[in-house]
Amino acid sequence: MHPIRKKRLTIVLFLVAGIAIAVGLTTYALRQNINLFYDPTEIAAGNAPVDVRIRAGGMVEEGSVARDADSLLVSFRVTDFSASVPVQYEGILPDLFAEGQGVVAMGRLNDQGVFVADQVLAKHDENYMPPEVAEALERSSKGQHKSADVEKAAETTAY
Amino acid sequence: MWQFFHKLGSPKWFFGIATRFMPWLLAAGAILLMAGVVWGLAFAPKDYLQGNSYRIIFIHVPTAFLAQSIYIMMAFAAVVTLVWRMKLADVFVKSVAPVGLIFTFLSLFTGAVWGKPTWGTWWVWDARLTSMLILLFLYGGAIALDRAINDEKSAARAVAVLVLVGVVNIPIIQYSVEWWNTLHQPSTFKLTEKPSMPAEMWVPLLLSVLGLYCLFGWLACVRMKTEILMREQKTRWVRELIMAERG
Repeated sequence: MHPIRKKRLTIVLFLVAGIAIAVGLTTYALRQNINLFYDPTEIAAGNAPVDVRIRAGGMVEEGSVARDADSLLVSFRVTDFSASVPVQYEGILPDLFAEGQGVVAMGRLNDQGVFVADQVLAKHDENYMPPEVAEALERSSKGQHKSADVEKAAETTAY
Repeated sequence: MWQFFHKLGSPKWFFGIATRFMPWLLAAGAILLMAGVVWGLAFAPKDYLQGNSYRIIFIHVPTAFLAQSIYIMMAFAAVVTLVWRMKLADVFVKSVAPVGLIFTFLSLFTGAVWGKPTWGTWWVWDARLTSMLILLFLYGGAIALDRAINDEKSAARAVAVLVLVGVVNIPIIQYSVEWWNTLHQPSTFKLTEKPSMPAEMWVPLLLSVLGLYCLFGWLACVRMKTEILMREQKTRWVRELIMAERG
């Protein structure tokens, strides 16, 4: 290679490497701001600020959804399978909202440790399957031990 | 190898090659894309959770793939522009930047349309969506910078530097869903693992991705040929070509 071209190539490589390091350090420093939501473990450990608008994300715990009989008030627990946070929400939930599904809720954590949400978004995972396959999976997993199923869900789905 | 590389720098040689390959690229692109989209939209099974709304994936994923791939190709061309000062590399960057811009916009738009019924919101400032929006601005910036500088050579170098600076955004888009908590789900297609959807869904998706690549190849050839004719209009081979065309 021609020496001038070699020199130019070195400059280009240094440019790209330098920018990559700068951006890498910046995003690393801002990682808490880039994260869209706090997960239940962080909230349970007290890392999330109280009475500040934040987002909380995780899976809706099985059997935790309770609807108020004469209003739109819904309460449920959001879990990441190691800790869980109680959530209260008044309003219309997205179609995909269901027990065992991922959600991201926006709202404030009150001093009793209850997350009062004013917006609930459904989080979809990367798995797609036809309805028949889902039914077959459901049927075959019913015979097995429940906790094995939950463990598998924790491994394969990103909440 | 170097001889081939230097030949590639000749606009006239590329013009001939592109003319020969274009019908094939167009035919392959049209067939693959039609097959993938029709199969995906009409015949693939619906999703157990989202029903039919997931079908936008057959448009969303190909455009998002192309939006990133085109930028990576532009970055390689930018290195060639800066190091070897090859005219053809700059012609490529200039010609495909608007195509990349359109694909990025389409992937953001289809994502928003899907996000409203699925997530419950059109837009959320999570890492994936935001980094994709930055990609849109990078494409826009490259186009604007090129138009803003009159001198062809300085424009080429300035755009090349901008494109290279922006290339750090590509791994951020790719890994955003793994590095940070995002609303956007992780990739369904991974290089090392089986896709997390059944074959009757991913085969049409793969067909439409490949089809869009071919169609992009064709589009790049069309735009590059136009750009070459504009730049080389004073040379003998272009004049002869036009004379022959007029008969």
